[in-house]
Amino acid sequence: MDFIGAYTPSHLTFLLEGFWITLQVAFLSIVFSFAIAIVVGVLRYARIPVVSRILATVVELVRNLPLLLIIFFTYFALPEVGIKLDKFYAAVLALVIFEAAMLSEIVRSGLNSVEKGQIEAARSSGLNYVQTLWHVVLPQALRRMVPPIVSQFISLLKDTSLAVIIALPELMNHAQIINGRNVNYVIPTFLLVAVMYFVVNYALSIVSKRLENKHA
Amino acid sequence: MIDFSILIDHWDMYLEGFGNTLKASLLALIGSFVLGTIFAIFRISPIRPLNWIGAAFVEFIRNIPLILVVFLFFVGLPAIGIVLNPFLAGTMGLTVYTAAFIAETIRAGIQAVPKGQTEAARSSGLTYLQTMRYVILPQAIKVVIPPMGNQFINLVKNSSVLGVIAGLDLMYFGDLIAADTFVTFDVYIFVGLFYLILTLPLSSFVSYLERRLAKGR
Amino acid sequence: MKANKVWKKVAGMGLVLMLSATALAGCGGDKTSEGAASGGQSTGAAGAGTIAKMKERDKFVVGVKYDLNLFGLKDPATGNVEGLDIDIAKAIAKKVLGDENKIELKEVTSKTRIPMLKNGEIDAIIATMTITEERKKEVDFSDVYFLAGQSLLVKKDSSINGIKDLQKGMKVLTAKGSTSAKNIRASAPDAEILEFENYAEAFTALKAGQGDALTTDNALLYGMAKQDPNYRVTEETFTEEPYGIAISKGDAEFVKTVNDLLKEMKENGEYDKIYEKWIGEKPKK
Repeated sequence: MDFIGAYTPSHLTFLLEGFWITLQVAFLSIVFSFAIAIVVGVLRYARIPVVSRILATVVELVRNLPLLLIIFFTYFALPEVGIKLDKFYAAVLALVIFEAAMLSEIVRSGLNSVEKGQIEAARSSGLNYVQTLWHVVLPQALRRMVPPIVSQFISLLKDTSLAVIIALPELMNHAQIINGRNVNYVIPTFLLVAVMYFVVNYALSIVSKRLENKHA
Repeated sequence: MIDFSILIDHWDMYLEGFGNTLKASLLALIGSFVLGTIFAIFRISPIRPLNWIGAAFVEFIRNIPLILVVFLFFVGLPAIGIVLNPFLAGTMGLTVYTAAFIAETIRAGIQAVPKGQTEAARSSGLTYLQTMRYVILPQAIKVVIPPMGNQFINLVKNSSVLGVIAGLDLMYFGDLIAADTFVTFDVYIFVGLFYLILTLPLSSFVSYLERRLAKGR
Repeated sequence: MKANKVWKKVAGMGLVLMLSATALAGCGGDKTSEGAASGGQSTGAAGAGTIAKMKERDKFVVGVKYDLNLFGLKDPATGNVEGLDIDIAKAIAKKVLGDENKIELKEVTSKTRIPMLKNGEIDAIIATMTITEERKKEVDFSDVYFLAGQSLLVKKDSSINGIKDLQKGMKVLTAKGSTSAKNIRASAPDAEILEFENYAEAFTALKAGQGDALTTDNALLYGMAKQDPNYRVTEETFTEEPYGIAISKGDAEFVKTVNDLLKEMKENGEYDKIYEKWIGEKPKK
């Protein structure tokens, strides 16, 4: 093990550059997968005849596939049907598809957890269905969803590392490049990389716990 | 539209990969169940240092990527003289990673059993371990089974990281076929179907259990 | 500045999602016509006019390797990618655009390079790519710009000196999608072949003791041995690997331009200079 050789300033900045890409991919994927998940979750909750059925099937299929396969798919297979994405967007698209499916399940069960009595009360006080959803059901459900959603975000940040397989220059990829120079760098480099992921994720999980306590 | 010859011509590769994916998932399931139970007991044990070890393991592993754990087993261990073959390194990485999640699941299950029962069992003369073995764990297991099922589904999906370290699993062979034939789209569709053969039945079984548990309450 | 870039990416991603949604919908709609067209080649016209494309954007976008000493290696300290392939790319940029610095490098691996060229993500592949009949169905190749041969990289004290020494149970590492994998399977059927995402991963695995030998073209192996003196290249080569520059299928204009340039460089000695700079000796005639 060679900590001094592994932690040179140039290696450290190289890792940070990778981490910056990781964070960008994660941020974009969170924004888009969350937005899509709310729409899908609400549509499924609303039980619109054909739409809900189709969405349920798609979500079930995506949730049961490995993310790695979806990344390969968006990067290597989509070009065959004319959709051409570079590595960055292929990784983001794969993450958005996968995480939106996972998150939509959370949204749906959060919506289901709101008591039916409240909906009836809101409806009888003159709100229409959409207003009831928007003003009564969704705000309460979202509050209850905070912990599982944050833990899904943590999964997402970790999952960005799978983009190493399409050589996206994110944190894992940069770590492997350093590892390739000398076997004695492997353990020190991985330890540092682990700490980088850990710090961000642990901070997220603390925020989630705070929010949970506040609302409880 | 989809080219079935890709499936037929490489049937042996798909099958070998499928077998190894199944093997890795089962081995990791058993291993992570044992390891996870140990760490869950650490976390709730009355002995402080064990508590800390349990918490440190679970929190650390849960917050780092799986592929990092697998790489550590694959290229990290050799740096200190331990060389495992790719399949084994991958399976052990999966085991350790999954164990952290299973430990949390089991801990939640144990803590769902009312505290009064522990006190009652202890005061009727059972030791701490006996209380765990005969009173708490049997009840906890019922609560724990559906989330454990979800962990197993994740395990099957996560086993695809073996493909990155030449672990001879379904993802690895699928990837080889795609690289050799250039028919990526169809190859990955078939790879996906093979994964669904494993995960879809599991996931409907889990939702059945969840529904039953919800009714029982 | 940086926040600005992030928002650009947000907008970009939104567009991408919309496009893929419409493209998927479109693809669902006219499956029959697509099926009929894709009988022979799916991307027929996409390849034409690379030179016009380059001139319009005033940049030559080229796929190179980032993990191969001597041909294309990224130095983490400086961020520069250097090697023989990069020098060839610069010569092309100079010929077409008049300035050798008008190049943009993109990292490719043996597996990603053909999809990237077909995507139009890159104008050409200069990435130690062997010309094969199978690949010619997917892309067009220039004339040979480097003649390599497959060999083995082993530990300095290894007993392996050639493929005849590869016994049953020995593990040979290489990269997915490379010709090396196919060749070694044919010439050493007893050995166990493990394929990785790229050569850097394979070399890391070799150093970690995960295999007995790493196989690919000797040109690349020399680079690895130079990087880590604990390893040596066996002398025997058991294949001939002519490297070519891959260009979109059907773009004869660009192929001719590149071939003329290669001929020119060989005649005026520029090629020999580049060769010697990286390989350390004069090219064999």
